[in-house]
Amino acid sequence: MKGERSAAIRLEAISKRFGATQALDGVSFELLPAEAHALVGENGAGKSTLVKILAGVYQPDNGRIELDGSEVQIHGPAHSRELGIAVIHQEPRLFPDLSVAENVFLGHQPKTRLGSIDWARMRRDAARLFDELEVSIAPDSPVRGLSMADQQLVEIAKALSLDARVLIMDEPTASLSLHEVERLFSIVRPLRDRGLGVLFVSHRLEEVFDLCERASVLRDGKHVITAPIGQLTTADLIRYMVGRDVSLFPPATTELGEVLLEARGLTRSDAFSDISFSVRAGEIVGFAGLIGAGRTEVARVLFGIDRADRGEVLLRGRPVAFDAPAAALRAGVAYVPEDRHQQGLVLDFPIASNVSLPILSRLFPRLFMNRPAERRLAERYASQFRVRMTDVEQLVSALSGGNQQKVVIAKWLATEPRALILDEPTRGIDIGAKVEVHRIIAELAAAGLGIILISSDLPEVLAMSDRILVMHEGRLTAELSRAEATEERVMFAATGQVTSGA
Amino acid sequence: MMNGTRALARWEVLLTVILLVLVWLGARLSPVFLSAQNFANLTVAEMEIAIIAIPMTLIIIAGEIDLSVESMAGLSSAVLGFLWAAGVPLAVGIPAVLAVGVLGGLLNGILVTRAGLPSLVVTLGTLALFRGLASVVLGPRAISNFPPAFTAFGFGNVPGTPVPWPLVVFALLAGVVALGLHRTWLGRQVFAVGKNQAAARYSGVPVVRLKTALFMLSGVLSALAGVILTSRLSSARSDAGTGMTLAVVTAVLLGGVNIFGGSGTIPGVVLAVFTLAVLQNALRLADVSTELQSISVGLLLIVSVVVPNLARQLARALQHARAERNPTRGAPERVPPYTPA
Amino acid sequence: MSRLGRQRELSLVIVMLALGGFVFAQAPQFLSASNLSQVAILAAIIAIAATGQALVVLTRNVDLSVDAMIGVVAFSVADILRLHALSVPLAMAYGVALGLALGIVNGVIVSVFRVPAIVATLGTMSVYRGFTFLLAGGRQVSLSDLPPEYINLARASVLGVPLYVVLAVVVVAIASLLLQQTRFGRQVYAVGSNPEAAAILGIRSRLVGFLVFAVCGMLAGAAGVLWGARFGTINATAASGVVLQVVAAVVVGGVNIFGGSGTVYGAALGALFLGLIANALTLLHLSQFWLQAIYGGVILVAVAADAVIVRRLQRAAAVRA
Repeated sequence: MKGERSAAIRLEAISKRFGATQALDGVSFELLPAEAHALVGENGAGKSTLVKILAGVYQPDNGRIELDGSEVQIHGPAHSRELGIAVIHQEPRLFPDLSVAENVFLGHQPKTRLGSIDWARMRRDAARLFDELEVSIAPDSPVRGLSMADQQLVEIAKALSLDARVLIMDEPTASLSLHEVERLFSIVRPLRDRGLGVLFVSHRLEEVFDLCERASVLRDGKHVITAPIGQLTTADLIRYMVGRDVSLFPPATTELGEVLLEARGLTRSDAFSDISFSVRAGEIVGFAGLIGAGRTEVARVLFGIDRADRGEVLLRGRPVAFDAPAAALRAGVAYVPEDRHQQGLVLDFPIASNVSLPILSRLFPRLFMNRPAERRLAERYASQFRVRMTDVEQLVSALSGGNQQKVVIAKWLATEPRALILDEPTRGIDIGAKVEVHRIIAELAAAGLGIILISSDLPEVLAMSDRILVMHEGRLTAELSRAEATEERVMFAATGQVTSGA
Repeated sequence: MMNGTRALARWEVLLTVILLVLVWLGARLSPVFLSAQNFANLTVAEMEIAIIAIPMTLIIIAGEIDLSVESMAGLSSAVLGFLWAAGVPLAVGIPAVLAVGVLGGLLNGILVTRAGLPSLVVTLGTLALFRGLASVVLGPRAISNFPPAFTAFGFGNVPGTPVPWPLVVFALLAGVVALGLHRTWLGRQVFAVGKNQAAARYSGVPVVRLKTALFMLSGVLSALAGVILTSRLSSARSDAGTGMTLAVVTAVLLGGVNIFGGSGTIPGVVLAVFTLAVLQNALRLADVSTELQSISVGLLLIVSVVVPNLARQLARALQHARAERNPTRGAPERVPPYTPA
Repeated sequence: MSRLGRQRELSLVIVMLALGGFVFAQAPQFLSASNLSQVAILAAIIAIAATGQALVVLTRNVDLSVDAMIGVVAFSVADILRLHALSVPLAMAYGVALGLALGIVNGVIVSVFRVPAIVATLGTMSVYRGFTFLLAGGRQVSLSDLPPEYINLARASVLGVPLYVVLAVVVVAIASLLLQQTRFGRQVYAVGSNPEAAAILGIRSRLVGFLVFAVCGMLAGAAGVLWGARFGTINATAASGVVLQVVAAVVVGGVNIFGGSGTVYGAALGALFLGLIANALTLLHLSQFWLQAIYGGVILVAVAADAVIVRRLQRAAAVRA
């Protein structure tokens, strides 16, 4: 047992709630010094919340945090850094206009005897740090021109310059190539050996096995298990991550109609390549995969926000090229975006105004708005979707997440689309609203819409979809029919493994 | 728009009160204040500012700003004078000048929407560019031999009434735009863009076209204001309109339009325009120098932003205090946005 | 950004040399000592104001009130000297202090009251200009009213170099030192480059913002003192519209309007560049009326070019990633 070494970080019964969602529920676990410890779980399992608590961004509702055996309260990000906790994010938070050396030492630049900044020493120290890490990054290059991988190394150098004792890496490899990941690990391993405690938060199970000695699994905000890597297999991890047997979803029985939407060889250089699929009327096609797999990027091309470099999109057999969402709307394609608050809703508008926004010219062909008609439209959907509100003039910002999501869906339904793309439609909403949203989706399919369901919620994808397409790093790695699809098969394909039997 | 409209309504009530107080003060200051003639004098000088304040309101609601309005007014005056001096009839000259306004606005619009440059800097550049072009076109000359019919428009009243022509123009414009902004779906789109441009775009609002059109509207109306100014002063000069940008922005912000975009009303701006006009007029009657008047405008601009800011901070502080007393409300907007693991 | 920044300054120098060469070919008196020193003296005044503006722009703000500050200081100092109320050195110190006070007002409105810089400085611009009008009361101070020691400042030279140029060089050097060698200076860049990351690092952005506005005011005050000595005849409209020249100098000199990159000596070079253009117009008998249009065009082109460069760099980085 590792009882002699006191934990670098120990969490006891940490809980955190956001509105209706219990993000963390009594999580306890510890990170030892000189260990690389993986934290895995599905999207929504609570990993990111845990990281943010350690980084000082959130305060836990309950529980205690111990650093090297003594209890601490992490007051904020600066305090977290002072305590020796460094966080490397998927997307680095550097200053693009400043040099590498300066980014590493900003806030604690070495000074000359006169009190001015000792640039020469800063450059030397930065060069030394990079030598220790065995990478060659010129200390004087501006950060803006660096690749994502190099920027992450700068972040690591920054952590080292602050004498970090704990290095939390939050999905650091999502944007890295295989070669860059190798390089990253070869840098992290000696650091770990020297005493750094590394918390490796990732979806990429092969990397977990490559780098870490122990792994902890979170599921639905709870700690499921912590075990040495040697005692686990990929299948075990997946089973711990998804183990769930609740089936809340209405069974779908629809007759499939014509092919509504078809993609052929869609490619967009830095996002996805050679994506081909079709969606028929009445069909729900699920898009599964990890964050960064490229699913939202595909949706954005289908909806006209971005343009593909190669390939074509056909709507009922005819090629289309949307140059703006307005064009996609007119053609009958609707997209419920991932980010409800930034892209889906105008939070300061009432429900009725949000619902009518995409169809203003259709709803009011004589230019002047007819508020009663707008209200009636909103009320129709609000009652159909059972939106909990005071009335349709209530500001959307006052609604709960689930009801907000219903408003977004209502808004797009009002455009009377033929094809509906839903991107993480039940993210961040409670179980009751989730069931209702699923019911709505099933009803829409039954009414003859072609639906693309992008979701990281495996049970949801599995239960709702007639067919599941799995993406991994921009490519389609599997197409599974309802009968063939199991959670394990989907996860394997999503993590880029070759599908095993079972 | 519940909270928003209530706040705006309160602001408009406040403005009306201030306006009435100023009118009362004015009447106390001078017996002539309430006369029809004074009313005409009071409004006629402000109408150019008022006319430009209308498109400026739309632009600020949409989340941008146009600093170049005064220079476009100057450019239009210069071009009008130049054409007239060259023998071109006004029937051709005036439409030509308005076309220049449209083109100038198009330039602003393209740089902001397609090149993605901040409107502050773009319109600062065109502020200089248009003014520079004005002085190139007309130089130091002042053209003043305009036909009386023309000058009668800017300076005169509707026959038999104390109502100046420019006021009629402004009233029509304000009426049409008020209807457009508050009653048509085009106006709804403008508010949406100002509140959340990304969401508006995702909802099919043609953001690029909308903003470009607003800048073009600002350009043509600034040009119109330049024409009216030329007519009123009976003189075309390249430095016409200097200082208007400040007055226009002040009127708009005083009218309750949020500098960050997304909210505001035309009636509020109309009230603010008249409040400013009455204030200037009262100061003039009280023999306060023009310098002090310009100081008062600047102060008013700052105050009209500081006061709502402070009010908002106070409101937020009160809400926090209330939330602490009732921790179980759990209203979603007080809670940090949930981001999944 | 140092490599790119140096490229920008280098290309500016090259363009200036080319322009100078062209003008010299048309009008040889361009290279005469008196012409060059006149250009340099005017450019020095703008350069000092541009240094302050550069600091503000680096933090993603703008100060539209600089010309009003220059005007009020120029007139106030000239008036005081006319009344023999203070000795020349004291009057000059007062001018700089007045500028500092005005800059502090700007800083308070922006940082404490959270009024966006554009609105705040639009407002203070008219207030400060109004003060000037009040002070002047329609009068003007003429050359003959001013003590010779003051006027002679504009004609003085140090080892053959005009005093103003020396002062400008000193100001730029000190500002550059501040920006490059102190933690505060690096915070200025950080705040402009990535305000969110700066906040996470614990940098007090509002304090930084306040201080840059204060310094900008102080430097505008210094420019105002020099303005008075150079022009002699000052009325209430002194330095009207100069803000456009100052902003143009800053952006053409490579200070990115989005903040975070650029140097003060770039801004000073920009001031010199604009001064050369004005001089070229005169010597080539072209209408001075093109100047405003040129300033506007320069601002638009420089800002557009910066945006294009930034976008290209970001795309290159993304492709490499």
